[in-house]
Amino acid sequence: MSELVFDDVSVRYGGRRGGLTAVDRVSLTVPAGQVVGLVGESGSGKSTLARAAVGLSPVTAGRVLLDGVDVRRLPQRRPLQMVFQDPYSSLDPRMSVGESISEAMPRGAHPGRAGRRAEVARLLELVNLDPGRAGMLPGQLSGGQRQRVALARALAGQPEVLIADEITSALDVSVQGAVLNLVRSVRRRLDLSMLFISHNLAVVRYISDVVAVMYLGRIVETGPAEQVLTDPQHPYTRDLLAAAPSMGADGTGDDGGPADIEPPDPHHPPSGCRYHTRCPIGPLTNAERTVCATTDPADGAIRRRHRAACHFAEGDSEHPGISAMSKGDGPL
Amino acid sequence: MTATTAATAAAVPEKTGRGSPWLAAVRTPVGACSAVLLAAVVLLAVLAPLVWGDRAATVDTNAIGQGPSGAHLLGTDSLGRDIFYRTLVATRLSVGLAVVSTVIGVTAGLVLGTLPSVLPRPAGRLVTAAVNIAVAFPGLLLALFFAVIFGVGTRGATLAIAFALAPGFARLAQTLAAGVVGRDFVSAARIAGVGRFRLLVRHVLPNIGEPLVVNATIGAGAALLAFSGLSFLGIGVQAPDYDWGRLLREGLDGIYVNPAVALAPGVAVVLAGLAFNLVGETVAAVVGVRTRSAKVRDRPVPPVRTAAAGETGDESLLVVENLQVAFPGPAGWTTPVRGVSFTVRVGEAIGVVGESGSGKSLTGLAVSRLIEAPGVVTADRLDFAGTPLLTTSERELRPLLGTSLAMVFQDPMTSFNPTRRIGRQLAEVSEQHQGLSRSRALARAVDRLRAVRIPAAERRARQYPHEFSGGMRQRAMIGMGLMGQPRLIVADEPTTALDVTVQRQLLRLLARTRDAENAAILLISHDITVVAQNCDRVLVMYAGRIVEDLPTADLTSAPRHPYTRALLAATLELDTDRDAPLAVIPGRPPEPSEVPVGCAFAARCPRAADRCLAEDPVPALVGPGHRVACWHPYEDTGRESGREAVASGGAE
Repeated sequence: MSELVFDDVSVRYGGRRGGLTAVDRVSLTVPAGQVVGLVGESGSGKSTLARAAVGLSPVTAGRVLLDGVDVRRLPQRRPLQMVFQDPYSSLDPRMSVGESISEAMPRGAHPGRAGRRAEVARLLELVNLDPGRAGMLPGQLSGGQRQRVALARALAGQPEVLIADEITSALDVSVQGAVLNLVRSVRRRLDLSMLFISHNLAVVRYISDVVAVMYLGRIVETGPAEQVLTDPQHPYTRDLLAAAPSMGADGTGDDGGPADIEPPDPHHPPSGCRYHTRCPIGPLTNAERTVCATTDPADGAIRRRHRAACHFAEGDSEHPGISAMSKGDGPL
Repeated sequence: MTATTAATAAAVPEKTGRGSPWLAAVRTPVGACSAVLLAAVVLLAVLAPLVWGDRAATVDTNAIGQGPSGAHLLGTDSLGRDIFYRTLVATRLSVGLAVVSTVIGVTAGLVLGTLPSVLPRPAGRLVTAAVNIAVAFPGLLLALFFAVIFGVGTRGATLAIAFALAPGFARLAQTLAAGVVGRDFVSAARIAGVGRFRLLVRHVLPNIGEPLVVNATIGAGAALLAFSGLSFLGIGVQAPDYDWGRLLREGLDGIYVNPAVALAPGVAVVLAGLAFNLVGETVAAVVGVRTRSAKVRDRPVPPVRTAAAGETGDESLLVVENLQVAFPGPAGWTTPVRGVSFTVRVGEAIGVVGESGSGKSLTGLAVSRLIEAPGVVTADRLDFAGTPLLTTSERELRPLLGTSLAMVFQDPMTSFNPTRRIGRQLAEVSEQHQGLSRSRALARAVDRLRAVRIPAAERRARQYPHEFSGGMRQRAMIGMGLMGQPRLIVADEPTTALDVTVQRQLLRLLARTRDAENAAILLISHDITVVAQNCDRVLVMYAGRIVEDLPTADLTSAPRHPYTRALLAATLELDTDRDAPLAVIPGRPPEPSEVPVGCAFAARCPRAADRCLAEDPVPALVGPGHRVACWHPYEDTGRESGREAVASGGAE
């Protein structure tokens, strides 16, 4: 069991001019043995944040800590593994399932050809696949089966923390359930900490203990999953919930007001609260709320319920959700 | 694959010929030609110097500069040596040097090309820049330049041609490697701690090998030609050695006395070059196009299926009866859409749901007449606004479809031409179909962009597609449909690539458009909730058939087909029980080429009986506007019993 901490992490691409700050001073804790769900629109920086943890995107400021140790100081094989969105591009088409899995095993962990083969069989069985498929090429497997292999490969690295980046969004709904069930049971059995990224609120709610909502490179709200989704504090979280399609609701109703406005250009994020250009309770509807356009609500978010980065969110009286979070001294 | 093996594989592909694709390739005319030519060249290169080496070197002062005769088939040169045998013997040196310089060039190119993906970024950029500059020089100029540097002679010419070949190859390897490095499996290997060099050897090279082998083979042909050129100019092979280029140079002096002296080596160069290029083509055909369609045989007559078509009153806008879409495959015809029948009434919103591969998108494309050859669309009836789409000529159809049918695709990145302004692309519709002038068409385009709520429409109309966000591009696509008077909008997964907030905007826009124009909508989606929220009627598709056609109101209260219930149960909602495992549908849909005789869902169905395996169910009316194709449909009892239709936690 390990704790993954993003401490004031920024990821910036490009030069000084025309650059893009994909992740802007984000602090987030994945507590040991828990699942943190990260939701947000595409371009909100959630994948970039995850890739920063495994060294695939450059951390330009701040640190990513695994049990207190900066991940950049960890050996090349980190106890931190990732499962990707697209099962069709995440497996080498020229390598058999067994080869892909054994490549990810730490050197010396399973000496000898027989040792590796036994471990491959064990892992395939762990993800409900017939060990006899070890010799198959990815092209012979369905999308759901490939995603299981990708999970087995991630587990081969003996991770303490698993990062799942939109792992079900490329799958059909009938397969999605099977993969989610599997991820849940494997995580429990191996007692992994997990960062689960998805744009689908229902999926995140089902699998996560803690939910963090990202908007334009910032985390705008975090807290226990059930609380955040039933009693959202940030207007953006409320908009996301309202926009999620559901069986009973009628989607053809009236316009949703300011939320229908185009998302802002991430190269030039709005001043103050980044959501104020679309916010239904901000300066668009209440002209006197100029504070939204001038002052960054991230300062002082710690005092609000769910650490909401909103000037008009409730104050935090009973400290809900803080128990699950680390002390986190930086602004969210 | 290393460059050396690449070159050898390129040189003797027919010999290694493993498996049927190679054999099949050799049976094609080009393949047979290349095999014969290559075998001849290789045989000559190996045997000619051993067998005829002495005869070719024999100086006969009695027969200087003779024309063709019985003793000397192609005559003799200025020292009386036999031209025919000299040409044959020169094969080894000509071909050998070409192959050697190709191997060196390909190796150098491969190293240069793959270095950037292994080196740290700044060093990699430096290599890339150097290669880019080198590519800009013409190859022959580079060869001449190197020939001067390395000195006149065989070694110099070999290196010169090798290094002239390298930049182009490096550039190709670089581009291919960059494509592979960006893919997730390389990231995954990196996370797993695989080193840079191993990453290159295990993951990058195997995935770029095929095009490189093909290119190396063609490169060998070019090297042969270049080498002959250098020898001809006198800066290649030096006497007493000789290759074809040198023979050509020697023979040119006497071309008016004995043309054969110059022609013979010239023909040899052409034939050997042809051999290399044809082999390259053959290799490309085999490794490049894995899914070549088999010979298109006559399409079998589709199985007759009695379709209980919906009532087709005056109100019907689109009538589809027994629609089939078939594609030729390597193992005969496959039919991904197998007898689909439905009716869309004026102003009605119909949703089509199903898993990937269920044929829902193909149905939408077939309705829009967008299935391209070799796909074949057949139907007993396919009428849009009273016009039969399958029998009317394309000329007559174009104005009708151009103005009354709008199509919105899944990927907003590819639905517009990236090099033209949005406004012009919209205006084109009116210029083509409504005969509006350029300026009036553009004015209408701006007006339509405003209608789909694109802010600052005048400015936006002058922008290029890449300046639009994904949601805005989809709106512009709907705007394009609105340039005419759309009576039907076919939207194929229009929101799948979009975020939930943008999805909501777009669905509302579709609904508004429907109200304003009284247009019907065919909304194709994998998401049953999206369809349920936005449509009057839902068609559930499975393995190329409509298994249930029901009013949306019945979807939650009275779905009859086990598949529909399983889909609903597997759908995650914001109130799904977090403590229970999710419902899943065991098994997976049949491949279009392996659809069983009975009900296609039987293998995954909890209610399947013997009859389901033997007989394909025919759609039957079970309620007002509610058809089900199932031998054992659920009775009209609420959704809850649907839970039994699905196993939980099982393998997919």
